[in-house]
Formats: sequence, structure tokens, C-alpha cells
Amino acid sequence: MAYIEAQGLRKTFGTTVALDGINLDVEEGRILGLIGPNGAGKTTALNAILGLTPYEGELRVLGREPWNSRDQLMRDVCFIADVAVLPRWIRVSQALDYVAGVHPRFDRAKAEGFLAKTTIRRESKVRELSKGMVAQLHLALVMAIDAKLLVLDEPTLGLDILYRKQFYDSLLNDYFDHSRTIVVTTHQVEEIQDILTDLMFINRGRIVLSCTMEEFETRFVEAMVQPAQLPAARSLKPIHERQVLGGSVLLFDGVDRQQLAAFGNVRSSNIADVFVAVMSNPAQAQGAAR
Amino acid sequence: MNTQSNAARESLIADQAAPAVMSPTRPLYWSVRRELWESRSIYIAPLTVAALVVLGFVVRSIRLPQNMRLILDLTPAEQQIRIQQPYTFAGLLLMAVTFIVAIIYCLDALYGERRDRSILFWKSMPVSDTTTVLSKAAIPVVVIPLLTFAITVVTQLIMVVIESVALSAGGLSVATFWARLSLFDMWVVLLNHLVTGHGLWYAPLFGYLLLASAWARRAPFLWAGLPLLVFSLVEKITFNTWRFAHMLSYRLVGGPDDDAFGAPGRVGIHSMAHIHLGRFFASPGLWIGLAVTAVFLALAIRLRRYRGPI
Repeated sequence: MAYIEAQGLRKTFGTTVALDGINLDVEEGRILGLIGPNGAGKTTALNAILGLTPYEGELRVLGREPWNSRDQLMRDVCFIADVAVLPRWIRVSQALDYVAGVHPRFDRAKAEGFLAKTTIRRESKVRELSKGMVAQLHLALVMAIDAKLLVLDEPTLGLDILYRKQFYDSLLNDYFDHSRTIVVTTHQVEEIQDILTDLMFINRGRIVLSCTMEEFETRFVEAMVQPAQLPAARSLKPIHERQVLGGSVLLFDGVDRQQLAAFGNVRSSNIADVFVAVMSNPAQAQGAAR
Repeated sequence: MNTQSNAARESLIADQAAPAVMSPTRPLYWSVRRELWESRSIYIAPLTVAALVVLGFVVRSIRLPQNMRLILDLTPAEQQIRIQQPYTFAGLLLMAVTFIVAIIYCLDALYGERRDRSILFWKSMPVSDTTTVLSKAAIPVVVIPLLTFAITVVTQLIMVVIESVALSAGGLSVATFWARLSLFDMWVVLLNHLVTGHGLWYAPLFGYLLLASAWARRAPFLWAGLPLLVFSLVEKITFNTWRFAHMLSYRLVGGPDDDAFGAPGRVGIHSMAHIHLGRFFASPGLWIGLAVTAVFLALAIRLRRYRGPI
């Protein structure tokens, strides 16, 4: 079942085009990484999906039009907009009371269970917690909600590496199952590479790459090439080239591994390198979209 | 027990733990509670003032017997005025404090959540913008008047105890004091004044302030005040009249029938004989005001739907 379906999703702010006709189809049981430079339209896309902003085009989230039914949609959709949106004056116990009060799918015992694993005290106010603890609290609240779709917009921004790792670990181990879908945007792409099932690059309001992680690993291959073999390797049209100690690393899109093995070490690329390659080369970006 | 029935039982428990349907008033109830958690000044300010009033009254109690001896020489009507005076003042003071608290509350209600970005958390909950705005409007229109009434009643009762003890200690009978102090009548007048005046008659004022706080990107106080000033002056320049300003002052310090319910600005705690609820509820001013309130709130709901963090 498609959890998110968009056809020609468009959003403009005055003369600025934030989303330029996006098509999306996100099924259940997926973890989609939405990656793009600052101002690419990621947050605008998520806001449209969450019913926080009006849009043009067709958009259905869990069968609903988000802009017209945000409050109903939020029974089945959760989001963490960024790390600092919990009100600073609220006590941990009040946050639990409130969500238990307004959310029909909130399991308080579950949230208490998650909090028990942290050092967060019930009587603390959010303003007294560290940034990492606030993220833990928000995650505990969200994970205790039996939602179908979880949207995370830069959920770990400004957290140290321990908290970031723990954040994604608990998300994967204690929350995700195959009836849920998670959409996540982040700049720390290396950290989510292993948890994603799908990947999408977005730039200037357009999707420039969309594939599953399996496809990604077979498609994007990089080879370590010695200077003598560079001309031969370049004839296979690498999408990016970078210098490292002892040679060049060439990144290829859809070139056979066997063919590349002749030049030297071959391995699957990572999201960060492909991202840099695709974003720094608009012509390639067009190609990658196909 | 086999695993299948275990699983069935677990899913049954899960269903009970998380009912998918919830009474529609529940989010409203929790939204109002949420407002009271955030804006603690709603009750802390009047409680502090009440404590100070009681403290002041304790100090004054030393001179109460002497004062009462002077009062006893007066006519019954004058006695009543003099005896009730501190109680009336306590009521007026608490009312003034909570009125100011209500204004400050309204100006921040739909502005603060955008400034601290917490609107993104509130909007991640299945609570509609309508419920949110109505819960915020309920604070000045319903919660604060009733809270003011409760705190005033308790404060006045404590004052009665203090005065009774002081009079007895001074060797005076409390009979006259109790006979002249018609607390129950005062409370009926007070409750009427708070509900009709501070709640219903001022509702458009609070609606307007909520709208300004939903609109403003900064300084909601100026956004609330300046349009009124500009409108009045433009009218003066254009038509050389003050109709708009008069309308505002009528709303603020007048009423559909000044005597009838003691317009909030002319607060005096009148006797029960002055309550004319029929006349109040028949006055077009009340209903026009409530209609205008509905328009302001509808606009505030619409704005909140579009607005994100500042």
C-alpha cells in the first residue's frame, strides 16, 4: 500500500519555486532518506506531506489530503521537525500527560519504558535538559505512538555522535517494523546509509535521484585508478573524479563492475560521495533522474 | 496456552490500551490544561495579590476594633458601605489584576508558540487549529473570570475570619459586622459582573488580541494597538468624527446598560437590585460583540493553520 503518493507536487513562495512538480510513491515498510543541499525543498516537501503548508498538485498521505485534514492525519503520522521544538517550559511528566490526553494511539507505558533507559527525570523541565536529552524525550514520545508514518526532519541536528548513533539505533531496534514507514532528512548521510531502504536526492525543488538502496549499491561503483590508466577509465564516463593519496578515485554510474576491476580496486560508493558527484554536476543530475 | 491465543490476547490488550476513538472534548480539555501549565501567571498573579491583601488586612486588624466603634455610630446604610469597603476593594483589585493577566495572555497565546518553534510540536498532535484557538480563547473568556471569582471568594472569607477574630479580641460583638456585610449578595453581583462583563462583553476584545497574536511576526502588542489608533485618527481626518474611538471606549468602559450590569470599566460592586440579566441579554451590543468575536476567532484559526515558526 502506498503511504505517500504525490503527482506534480508544486509549491512556490512568490517567485521562488520551492518544489517544482515532484512525483513520489512511498510504500509501507520503507525507510526513505531524503537528501539535498540547504534550500533544496526537503523541508517544504515534508511540510506539504504533514499538512503544514498548502501546495499545488496531487498529494495523498495514507489516503488523505494533508492540508485539509492535518489533525486527523496526525493520528497515524508522527513527526519530529527538528531537535528544538519541545516547549521549553513543559515538564517531562506534563509532556507525557498531554500526549496521553490528546493522542488516541499513545501508549504511555511504552514511553515510560523508553525514558527509563535514559537519565531524564519526570519532574525536569525541558529547558533543564541537554539537547541530547530533549531529542531522547521527543523520540520516546514519538516511538510510543502507534503511527504508520514517521517523518524526521533533521532529527539529530547539533547532537553529538553518541546521541546520534543511539537515536538511529533505537529507531531501528525499538520502533521500525514492516508496517511502518519512516521518511528522514539529514545532512549526516553517512550515519543513515545503513538503515535506509530507499534514497532520494532533491535539488532546487526537483528529484534528481530516486532508487532503492539495493539499486544504489549496484549502480554506483567507484574504482581506484592509477594515473597511467586514467584515460582508459575516463572513457567510461565517470560521473565524478577525486584525487586521493596514490591515485584517483573515479565514480561510475551503471558501469559493469567486471569492466572496472581491470583498473584497480572496485567498491560500492557511499551516499555522501554520490551526493557530491550528482550535486556538483547538473548535467549528470539530469541523467541520474532517469 | 498456545501462542495463537496469547497473540490474540495481546492484540486485545493493545486495542484497549490505545482506543482509536476519543471523545471530541478530550483534546479541548487537555489543551486548556496545557495553557494553564504554560501560563502559570493566570493563577500565580491573583494568588500573590490575594496573599498580599490578606497580609495587609492582618496588619490592619490591629485597628479594626477601634474602627468598628466609630462605624457603630453611623446609620445602617453608612455602616454597610464602610464595613464592605475593604472587601469591595479586594474584589476590585483581584479583578484588575486578572484582567491585565488576560490581556498579556492573549497577546502571547498564538505568538509565543511560533517564536519558540513549539508550534511544530503542537501541530504534530491530532489536535485541530480550531480546538487549539478555542482552548486559548476559553482562558480569558471562561477560565479567568471563574478563577477570579473563586480566589475572591476565598480571600474575602479569610478576611471575614480575620476581622471576626480581631473584633472579638477587641471585646466587640461580631453581630453588626456580620449583619451589615452581605457577602452572599456581593458574590452574586461579582459572579454576574465577571461572567457577563469580563467574559461575554469583553469577548471581542480578547478575540481581537488573539487575532493580533496570531498575525504578528514580532511585537504583538504593537500589532494590537496601532491599527486601532490609526483607524481612529484616519476617521478623524476623513470625516472629522470619533465614532470608532467612541465605539471602543463604549466596549471598554461602557456597556449595553451602564447601570444594568456594571460595565467592567465602571466597576462598583452594586447591589443585587441592579442586576438586569434580561436587559443585558436583550442588548444588541452583546450579540454584535459575540458575532465579532466569532469572526476574529475564525480568522485566528485560519492564520494559525497557515503560520509556522517565526
